[in-house]
Amino acid sequence: MTGTNGERVGRRRFLGYVLAAPTLVTAAEFGLAPVAASAPAPASGAQLPSPDITDVIDLNDMMTLAALPTSGLISVEVNQDGTVSFALPRAEVGQGITTSTAMLIAEELSVPLDRVRVTLADARLELVFNQLTGGSNTTFATYTPIRVAAAIARRRLLDAAATELGSAVTDLTLDTGVITDRSGRSVDIGALAEKAASTRNQQVPVELTARANFTVIGKPHNRIDALAAVTGRKKFAMDLDVPDAKPTMVCRAPTINGTVRSVANLGEVRAMPGVTDVVVISTGVAVRAETFGQCVDGVRALRVTWKPGTAEGKSDDIVLRELERAELPLGLPSPMPTVEAKFTFFFRGNSALEPNCAVADVRADRAEIWSSLKSPIVAKQTLAAKLGLPPSRVTVHVVEGGGSFGRKLFFDAALEAAEVSQKVGRPVKLMWHRADDSRQGRTHPMATSRVRASYLGDTVLGYHQRHTSVATDLGHGLGEIITATAAQLPVGDIGFSETFFQLSQTMSYNFGISTRLLSETDKGFNTGSMRNVYSPDVTCARELIVDQLAARMGKNPYRFRRDFLRDERSRAVLDKVAEVGQWGRAMPAGTAQGIAFHAEYKAVSAALIEIDCRPETVNRPIRDGVTGPRVTKVVFAVDVGLAVNPRGLEAQMMGCISDGIALALTSSLHLRDGYFLEASWDNYFYTRQWNTPPDLQIIVMPSTSENPGGAGELGVAASMAAVACAYGRATGTMPTSFPINHGTLSFTPKPTVPPIPPSPTDGLEHAR
Amino acid sequence: MPEHTFRVNGEQVTVDVADDVRLLWVLRDILGITGPKYGCGINVCKACTSHLNSTAVNPCAIPVSDLEPTDEVTTIEGLPATVGQELHPMQQAWLDHDVAQCGYCQPGQIMAAVALVRRIAAEGRAITDADLDGLRNICRCGTYFRIREAIKAGARNM
Repeated sequence: MTGTNGERVGRRRFLGYVLAAPTLVTAAEFGLAPVAASAPAPASGAQLPSPDITDVIDLNDMMTLAALPTSGLISVEVNQDGTVSFALPRAEVGQGITTSTAMLIAEELSVPLDRVRVTLADARLELVFNQLTGGSNTTFATYTPIRVAAAIARRRLLDAAATELGSAVTDLTLDTGVITDRSGRSVDIGALAEKAASTRNQQVPVELTARANFTVIGKPHNRIDALAAVTGRKKFAMDLDVPDAKPTMVCRAPTINGTVRSVANLGEVRAMPGVTDVVVISTGVAVRAETFGQCVDGVRALRVTWKPGTAEGKSDDIVLRELERAELPLGLPSPMPTVEAKFTFFFRGNSALEPNCAVADVRADRAEIWSSLKSPIVAKQTLAAKLGLPPSRVTVHVVEGGGSFGRKLFFDAALEAAEVSQKVGRPVKLMWHRADDSRQGRTHPMATSRVRASYLGDTVLGYHQRHTSVATDLGHGLGEIITATAAQLPVGDIGFSETFFQLSQTMSYNFGISTRLLSETDKGFNTGSMRNVYSPDVTCARELIVDQLAARMGKNPYRFRRDFLRDERSRAVLDKVAEVGQWGRAMPAGTAQGIAFHAEYKAVSAALIEIDCRPETVNRPIRDGVTGPRVTKVVFAVDVGLAVNPRGLEAQMMGCISDGIALALTSSLHLRDGYFLEASWDNYFYTRQWNTPPDLQIIVMPSTSENPGGAGELGVAASMAAVACAYGRATGTMPTSFPINHGTLSFTPKPTVPPIPPSPTDGLEHAR
Repeated sequence: MPEHTFRVNGEQVTVDVADDVRLLWVLRDILGITGPKYGCGINVCKACTSHLNSTAVNPCAIPVSDLEPTDEVTTIEGLPATVGQELHPMQQAWLDHDVAQCGYCQPGQIMAAVALVRRIAAEGRAITDADLDGLRNICRCGTYFRIREAIKAGARNM
């Protein structure tokens, strides 16, 4: 057992550190997660195998590899009050990673979960690539290092207790934060926190708890922040009490990314009640006031002349033609029978319920920023450059976020808040109006996916998919990781979008020769990696084609998938949803089941959906809402290898199902004349209660691995695809345009000038 | 500036602010009561749902001058006190079902749920799926199914 820093030195033995500190602080290097990808399972039956690059390396491996050379440590601190502290270098935005992280520490340190305090680390430049929350990578990448640090703390505490109690370490037990010897004498770990501390940094080998002995990991646990959430005590960025940080909003252009040419009435707006400052910034005109309500009034009163934006004059149909021109060929027509189709996916918004927002306090020689940031290092570097300050003078606090879905990979609001604070010389609390968030915020790019599959008899000979998309902006740090590592990968000289695409997609079926390519066009839109990025669209297209192939071969969709899936683990989730969901049960005309499969993040998932497309359901009345077909039942099975917190995993899958339903049926942005028509949650039809399946079951499969895979985004693709497949079977027509209701505009668009709607005054009339 | 007097979470408050400032901003920006969240500002997303004299309202759409001195505003922070407990039964149901994900919408969801259950109880009937379908609060994390389960459980203990 030899090894350099943080290296794995045995089956479960690792090296970590005890750090010089007044109280016990133990640490491990980031990048300890195992890297070996599982080898592809042997092909089943007589089907043609589809070797795939993701058998060798996938996106999670690459992000973990990228972290290896970093020297930054993550540390666990035992406090004198018996609590244990850990600053997680990731963003909690609802996905439950503070809870799962606390569980890892509780497991290795044998302390009750409620003694573990997980906070979010400020931006740490020394972590280089390793403070990015994305790609469903958090648990995968932190699983081993956090446990190593906690296990070393446990060992140090036992050593200190042995001295304190005069017992051999082997005679001690550590349980629920208390160490007891054979005679029954005991000492709390808090009382040992100083004694176990070190005056110098030391490297220490440690053995981790075997999976068979886990008592915390793998058991369902409620969120550690649940009480704060239900009592209103949980603090988001706009709830922080930063002295003199006054509400600020920005008057934005009527078209995407338009900028200010001139303002006719700056003085008039500055004199409005409550308004303290009005300044022109790079993205519009900022209004700072005593209340956000007065910011709304100020923004609406501004008379601004605008320069054109980056999508001037463009509408859905123009972008569709751009995509057509960027399409890559599918190859020569096959002499064999083929199934072929083209699918269209319109722009979708990735707004969280908490809008883009940040607090900034910029002084002449320093700056302090508070925001929910999934790429805080890139944010810090960019903020420093924009403000003309050295990065060491810029402190970036990562605040827990009110949802992300990819949006918080970007730091648009932090940049604006810093710019405004610098210009007015005072702290600001900057928030986007919902209309801003919808019209000028990040979107999932419009895309098309063309698929051709050839077959003969009961064999699929080839599967080819060409995905064409408006460019996805990866300029938030993930792009840097990819740039830095792409050269080492067996993918040739391709750009990082294509690399991301190749590494996040996989061919799960034995479909013979399989190819997939991404082509991008038009960088004029504010896009981003919306939850599950390319996979929902790519998988939806593939699974619809799978249903077509099944029909050609005279097999039912479940049986066909089962025959062609590549391994037992995949078949197990498919079998589970078919069994629990009673696949093939008799259903009335106009209703149907759909089934779909998706693998990513070293996990596999399957969804069985029942949908009701009968007119009486589709046309059920809801005020200012889109009803449409109702998903009446969902059965979802998931195998992430090792589920750290099965309850958290269930919650993630439920959210993914809500997303999948919305993507297939109701939610999209309509581009007209250079702007998105949607400016409200009653325009952008994310799943609501009236779209929610009344019957929903999520099955977490027994662990199939020593290591956790990713989960945060995993469920979107199979859910969207299963809804689409069910819709196709219920209506008898395969859907090819998503969401299915995009062709019908279900609301009256709000004006673009002023850019945000007035605050209503009739609240009392709606009391109920 | 005009003064406005009303009650918030059991206490009389007086604020010095323009008549047309909406109650949401009086609560959040002046009184520092941050449980009610901003999600749209136009009474659509319902993230700010609170109670006015025990019925659900959205403070983003109420000018502060609409309030009378005897009006009782209850935000999520004041909900437990309305039943004289550490937690309202609906909050406990939320914990039991581990409803929250990011938690941003949940104060509004709970306040809307309590008002819904009271209304249905006043009508002398049990909550139906159609009642739950009528809730308009957005949850972008998609916790809707757990919200439905928690409301049914919370209603049994109210």
